Amino acid sequence: MSSTADPSTPATQVASLPQRTNVKRRAAKEPLLDRIIELLLFLAGVSSVAITLGIAGTLVFESLAFFREVSLVQFFTDHLWTPLFADPHFGIMPLVSGTLVTTGVALLIALPLGTIIAIYLSEFAPAGLREGIKPLLELLSAVPTVVYGYFALQLVSPLVQKIVPGTPAFNMLSAGIVMGIMIVPYVSSLSEDALRAVPMLLREGAYALGANRLITAVKVVYPAAISGIASAYILGISRAIGETMIVAIAAGTQPNLTLDPREGAATITAFIVQASLGDNPHDSIGYKSIFAAGLVLFLITLSINIFGHWLRKRFREAY
Amino acid sequence: MDLRKLVERRKLTDRLFAALGICCVLIALLTLVVLMGDLARQGLSRIDWQFMTSFPSRAAARAGILSAWVGSLMIMLVTVITAVPLGVAAGVYLEEYAPKNRLTTFIEINISNLAGVPSIVYGLMALGLFIYQLGMNRSTLAGGLTLACLILPIVIVATRESLRTIPSNIREAAFAIGASKWQVVSHHLLPYSAGGIATGVIIATSRALGETAPLITIGALTFIAFLPPPPVMSEPPFVSFQWLHDEFTVLPIQMFNWVSRPQPEFQVNAAAAGLVLVAMTLSLNGAAIWLRYRMRKRIKW
Repeated sequence: MSSTADPSTPATQVASLPQRTNVKRRAAKEPLLDRIIELLLFLAGVSSVAITLGIAGTLVFESLAFFREVSLVQFFTDHLWTPLFADPHFGIMPLVSGTLVTTGVALLIALPLGTIIAIYLSEFAPAGLREGIKPLLELLSAVPTVVYGYFALQLVSPLVQKIVPGTPAFNMLSAGIVMGIMIVPYVSSLSEDALRAVPMLLREGAYALGANRLITAVKVVYPAAISGIASAYILGISRAIGETMIVAIAAGTQPNLTLDPREGAATITAFIVQASLGDNPHDSIGYKSIFAAGLVLFLITLSINIFGHWLRKRFREAY
Repeated sequence: MDLRKLVERRKLTDRLFAALGICCVLIALLTLVVLMGDLARQGLSRIDWQFMTSFPSRAAARAGILSAWVGSLMIMLVTVITAVPLGVAAGVYLEEYAPKNRLTTFIEINISNLAGVPSIVYGLMALGLFIYQLGMNRSTLAGGLTLACLILPIVIVATRESLRTIPSNIREAAFAIGASKWQVVSHHLLPYSAGGIATGVIIATSRALGETAPLITIGALTFIAFLPPPPVMSEPPFVSFQWLHDEFTVLPIQMFNWVSRPQPEFQVNAAAAGLVLVAMTLSLNGAAIWLRYRMRKRIKW
């Protein structure tokens, strides 16, 4: 840069002297300022890594203290989770089953609904309608989860009790249903983006062979977009597993080893909330058990996310 | 004849699916309408001046959300002030500066993983790290920083996407007339992407405003019957940062507290608090949608 700026030909010597030194001085000064700024920006970029380290470090550190008192065998085989009782049991499975059931119910609602909406918006709806509906659907994910929790307990649960007699007021079914509705926009918007990214040529090929819109969408466009749709599903699943307030309010607070969605049961997240509301001194086993539960939650969502990355790489179609 | 029947049948299945699609959209939207309607039916009559300006109380009729909404505003202030500069800087680095190497790939994968971490896990990190390791008390500062960590990935992704829409000939033109990299970024890229970044920040703020779980885990009190000291005083040194170190409660926690009580009067309070909360988050989202719409109309590269 600086060598080309040097005045070596007579023509450039005509330029006035002060201007030239000014250019030179600026050329010398800016790289330094630029380097400082680049360093600052780099540090900001690395800050996200620091957060991850903070999360993983804290969870592992506090969980190690927990597993010094509770064996891994007990953790995975005991059928009771009562860390705050006088007679404590530390079996994580009841909490895991609660998380699985509520997540399962939510996905049964969110995946079909989200997929159908995505296919409809991408392949069937006129452009004007699509642009109108998309932001409205996004509003669904703008409602705070604590409000959804209120909705699940006050409105959906009485309805569920009427349809399925004998269910308690706190049940995993109503929490799961509301959670499913909440997740719909996450699934539909990402899936729709993936569907729309499929080139028109593929559709035209299918139409030329005599397929109608539905067959084209299901047999050609959907498979071609599967890597993006898989990420949408993965996002929905990890949202459902990590969802806290809806289940803490509406699914019940009692750990319960069951796969029956009509019963009430605490999830991993609901337990963490429940335990945090009480007073747990820093060194108590109750305090440490929160982190052990959190570590399990973190590992489940992490492995699902990593699986999602793998899926995306494996099935990516480049057009 | 046979062919015509076949075509008719295929057209019919198309129409049936279109109807199914509309039904699914309606189910989702109707849920939103019913939810809002129920909140309004239960809570609208409860919202008045007294409700907005009273502290929580054992008596449902005298309780209010003053400390809750003031707390929410202060938490948001801390969150936005920390997360936005950090997130925008990180986004600019990754999009404009970062070399294509292992470290960059690692940072990118890390950010997309962070976005998938459940919010309550951020609360656990804050409890172990901020409260016990760094010795912060359960203050506005700790709560705001927790939510800042939570929304950082959203801000970074929004910044990157916004920068990516700027065509590269803008950068090349600026470089060609001798601008340094930072000048390109600060004179051109940041102003052009400001709208997109603002949209992302607003969405992130609305997310943080509704977050309950991470603040419960760091032990945010639910019964706060005082306001923090004001940040501006009449006598020297005129500004006070005591509010950063005081305990706090926020709207979603106040609502959760009321929802978990058995008495129906408190459910009315919960609905009213929920209505205020939803009004805040939905109007933030509405603002973001409007901003995005205006940008799309104005900027044509």
